[in-house]
Order: sequence, then C-alpha cells, then structure tokens
Amino acid sequence: MIIANLAFYLFASVTVAAAVMVICARNPVHSVLFLVLAFFNSAGLFVLMGAEFLAMILIVVYVGAVAVLFLFVVMMLDINFVALREGFLQYLPTGGLIGLILLAELVLVIGGWSIEAEIAVPASAPIPAPAELSNTEALGGVLYTRYAYLFQAAGVILLIAMVGSIVLTHRVRPGVRKQRISRQISRTREEAVELKKVSPGEGA
Amino acid sequence: MAFLDRTARALLLTELVVGMSVTLRYFFRRKVTLNYPHEKGPLGPRFRGEHALRRYPNGEERCIACKLCEAVCPAQAITIESEPRADGSRRTTRYDIDMTKCIYCGFCEESCPVDAIVEGPNFEYATETHEELLYDKEKLLANGDRWETEIARNLAADAPYR
Amino acid sequence: MAEFWATYVWPTVVIVAAIVAILVPLLLSVAYLTYAERKVIGAMQMRKGPNVVGPFGLLQPIADGLKLLTKETIIPSGANKVMFLIAPMFTFSLSLVAWAVMPFGAGLVLADINVGILYLFAISSLGVYGIIMAGWASNSRYAFFGALRAAAQMVSYEVSMGFVIITVLVFVGSLRLTDIVLAQENLWFAIPLFPMFIIFFVSTLAETNRAPFDLPEAEAELVAGYNVEYSSMTFALFFLGEYANMILMCAMTVVLFLGGWLPPLDVAPLNWIPGPVWFALKVAAVLFVFLWVRATFPRYRYDQLMRLGWKVFLPLSLAGVAVYSGALVALGWVP
Repeated sequence: MIIANLAFYLFASVTVAAAVMVICARNPVHSVLFLVLAFFNSAGLFVLMGAEFLAMILIVVYVGAVAVLFLFVVMMLDINFVALREGFLQYLPTGGLIGLILLAELVLVIGGWSIEAEIAVPASAPIPAPAELSNTEALGGVLYTRYAYLFQAAGVILLIAMVGSIVLTHRVRPGVRKQRISRQISRTREEAVELKKVSPGEGA
Repeated sequence: MAFLDRTARALLLTELVVGMSVTLRYFFRRKVTLNYPHEKGPLGPRFRGEHALRRYPNGEERCIACKLCEAVCPAQAITIESEPRADGSRRTTRYDIDMTKCIYCGFCEESCPVDAIVEGPNFEYATETHEELLYDKEKLLANGDRWETEIARNLAADAPYR
Repeated sequence: MAEFWATYVWPTVVIVAAIVAILVPLLLSVAYLTYAERKVIGAMQMRKGPNVVGPFGLLQPIADGLKLLTKETIIPSGANKVMFLIAPMFTFSLSLVAWAVMPFGAGLVLADINVGILYLFAISSLGVYGIIMAGWASNSRYAFFGALRAAAQMVSYEVSMGFVIITVLVFVGSLRLTDIVLAQENLWFAIPLFPMFIIFFVSTLAETNRAPFDLPEAEAELVAGYNVEYSSMTFALFFLGEYANMILMCAMTVVLFLGGWLPPLDVAPLNWIPGPVWFALKVAAVLFVFLWVRATFPRYRYDQLMRLGWKVFLPLSLAGVAVYSGALVALGWVP
C-alpha cells in the first residue's frame, strides 16, 4: 500500500507542478511539453485508480494526437513574447471573472456532494463490481446502452466541426494543375508514343 | 474490362509483388564484390596512375629537359629547371610534380618525345601529409626504377595503337 | 523484517532480472539488425556487405558501437540544450518500455495487463515526441523539416493502424495480448484478415519511418532529417531507438496477425520447438520483409505519402472495420 501511496503522491505532485509550468513557462513549446507531462501523469493517476482503459485512451488521443498538433502549431508560429505580455493587465478583469465563476462552480459541486451525498447518485449508472468486469467492458456497456444517443451526438458534433473547418478553409483555385495518378499509371504505350518513319536528309 | 483489369492490379499490388520478386532473385545471385586490398580488378595498359621518370637501359635518365610536359600541363603541376651537364648534355636539375594539383590527364606522357615521363599502373600511394605528395626528381626516378617492368610492358602493349 | 523482504525486495529483484532478460537480447538483436540490414540489402544489390571485421563481418555492429561511443558529443550553440539531450533518451527509453507487455511465449510476459494492445499503441504514438523535440531543439532548418514531416506522417498512419487493430479486436473480444495470440490457435488472423494485414504492415513501415516512407530522414533533400545535428552517443541512442521500434512493430504484427508464439500447425515436429523460438523466427521473417522492401522500392514523394495515408488507407481500413464486424454479427460469431 505504501508504494501505491508513494506513486499517487509522485504522479499528483508532478501533474500539479507541470500544470503550473504550462502557464508559467516563457517558451510556448515548453508549455506544450509540460502539458504533455501533465497528461502523462494524469494517465498514471487513472492507472492507480484502476481505470487503465481511460489512461491508455488519454495517452493515445491527447498525448499522441492532440498535443502533437498543438506542438506543431506552436513550433511553426513566430510568437513575439513582448507583445504577448503587453495586454496582460487589460485582460486581467475578464480572466479573473472567469476564474471566480469556475471557483464558485467547484464549491457548489463539492459542497453539494458533502452536504447531500445522494445528489450524485441518480446521475451515475450502476456499475458492476470491478471483479466481474474489466473497466473496458464496463465503459462500453454504459456508453453504448444508456448513453448511446449522447455518445452518437458527440460524434456527430465533432464530425460537423471537422466538415465546417474544412469548408471554411478550403479554397478552390482555378488554373491549378493537379497530378492524377490513376490517369498517369493507366496510360498505355499506344497513346503515349507515336513512331514516325523519317527518311534521311529530310527531317521530321 | 480495362478498368477492371487496372483495379484488380492496383488492389492486388501486382506491381509491388513483381518488384519484390526481382530483388529476391538478385538476393540469391552470385555477388560481384571484390575484397579490395586482397583482390584487385584488372587495369588497362593505358591506365594513368602515379607518375614515374624512366631511364635508358644503360642507366642514363631519359628526360632531356625540353619542358614540353611543363608547357602542356593544364593544371600547371610540373616545374622543371635545367642546366647543361659537364659532358655537354642537356639534363634537368629539378623536376617536380605536385601530385595534389595533377588531374591525371596524361598530356605530359603524350607530349614527351623520349618517353621519359609516364603514368604508371600504381594507384595506391595515399599519404598522411600533403608534403609527401609534392614529388621531386629523385622520387620520380625511384618510381621509374621500381615500376619499369610494368611500364615497359604497358607501353609495348599500347604501341600498336599509337 | 522477513516480511519486508518478501513483499518488497524479492519482487523488485525478480522484476529487474526479468527486465534485464528482455533488454539484453533485445539490444543485441538491435545491433545485429543493423548487420542484417547491411547484409540483406548488400545481397540484393549483388554486393557482399560487411565481411571484414570478424568472421563474416559478425563483429561489425560492435565496432560501429565502439566508434560511436568514442566520438565527441557535439551540441550546436543555437540548440536548446536540455531538450536536445532529452530527445534521444526519450526515443530510446520509449522503444524499450513497450516490451513490458510483449508475450514471448505462453505465460512468458513481464506484465500481462488487460489493455496490452492499447498500451503498445499508446507507446508507438508517443514515438513522435522524441523526433519532434529533436528537430525543434536542434535549431536547424533541415532538422525542423524532418521533424515536421515525421510528426505529420506518424499521426496520419496511426489512424489507419488504429482501425486495423480494432478489426482484430472485434475478432478477439479482448485487449490482452495473450488472448489475441490464443484466439489464433486454429487460424492466424493474417489469412481471414489479409487486406487488413497488408494495410497494417505498410502503416508500420510509415510509422517507423522506414523506406519507402523514410521522408523524415530523406538524405537526398533533408541531409539526414531530424538527426542532422546529432553525433556520437546521442545519435546512437536515436539509431538504437529507431531499430528497437522496428523490431517492436514487427513483434506487434506477429502478435496481431501471425499467431505470436504459436507454431504454424499444432502437429508433432512443429510443436516441439518452444514458443519463444517461434516468436523470434516470425519476428525475424517480418523484419526480413522490412529490409526487402527497403531494398526494392524508391522513396515516396511527400504528397503521395499523405494521399496514401488519408485517401487510400483510411477509407479502406474503415470499410474493413465495417465489413468484418458486420460479417461477424451476421454470422453470429461475435466473441
């Protein structure tokens, strides 16, 4: 048990420290890498809680794909740090307000849970004991039965977002010559080469 | 039909399979590698390697300091100085070739009226310093003595075509 | 005190011993993979390959390793030093970490976790970080282009790899690697899932940045891609990591499609050979195809690579998932 506790404190403290560094690091690339570290350690926390499926999905999706794209964008941007820090005071009120609202919501959630423990019960589906089912099966059982419509709706929303962003950024430029590979490789000798008999001294 | 044929070919990756079968056949072929320092490839009699100054059979050096080679050398790698000897014959006092300038065109060999300067069959004379490649007359004559048999054979083999 | 030894010390010792027992053969096979690569490609080009150091050149990888060890580690003055040094270590350690879940034989596995295949997939998707960090930290154009290419390429081909893995999982009904192997006791998945097998194999080529998809290190246009600025041990770590990743991907192919440690037929002379030997033989066979492909095909152009990934493999693998799972449901064979 001591080892599990030690591992928990290790993962938790590294997560928090990395999360702080995400907003404190001067270099945005470092920020993204600290974000990756935070994801990684949260995956470790998931494993400690016995939710290894979630942990792996977190790494595959967030670390393996989303953060790579972040890193991509951040590395390509030429960010002027001085200009970035200029508007700090100007945005302070808005940022502070959002922070306060989040804090109030957190207090409401945690407060409601500690006062009236039954509040949280109707929202969660009955999950069988971990001994009977692996958490992959448990997750699938809930997602594809009870939350099937919500799950599909989430998928459709993501699809719409993807289609929308492609429509917004896609430009049809006239006069662009594109390579059509299927046509290139389906060319035969007959249509590509013409043999002409040229008699000497006369030219083509 | 042609469309079906093409699609079938694309999906069954026939072209890739054909390519890979070619390389697999080559995998089992006899290898052509020469284990260089132990085995060597053949050299033609016209091979232009390291330079040498030849002598007549009686030991007299052939070069008469006409300086044609110096004049013809496109890389200006040859330097010659000469003085008449006590017996009145015209001989070089200095014959230097900067082997790091030389482009091995063989013009010196072609221009020489007495077959004195030749490019021999030796190509393994790499050195560790630049200075060792600045050949002087002694080095060139020593080369001539060392490679005379091969050089004479090569000249004889090439003579019918000159 | 005795309890302390029994609960903490002995398990640690056993695990460390198991790790060493996996890593030492792995690193040796990485070293000899470079030798095999040079020999195989040499043979396909009618050359002999390395044959001077030791008998048949067998000591060549060791000589190469010694050469790299004794060279000077150069850190470019404009580089981001910490990241520049972390990147190769990260790549190397990732390629080793993945072997924790690999089943070498019946019960011969360090950690038989029940999301094994996802773990492997996660580790392989992390591989891109080492490359992207190296490219960015080098502060060099070529390295950066190489890193960008590698990142885009690896992320793209992971998608179709994921779908192929899903198809296999639909047939197995478990994410545990041991279960995946045992489900192939009667028939290797490479036979019913042949198209998916091909897609997976080509995707692993792209995922490990191997020819004909070795654009991140295309020497003709990018000098050496993301590892231009690396020398000595830092380069060696990248090299080792890359080749260990190759072996890992081949092992993954073997586990998913070629029946892992199981003999091809469960008949008398074949099942006398122990499981790990079969496993090693199959991995070696797939590795040979990796080298064979490298000796055969010219490098892809980058836009063709992206086209192949997104416009050919993604729809095909997605259709494969739909067709195979539909067939399973229709025939009532869902595990």
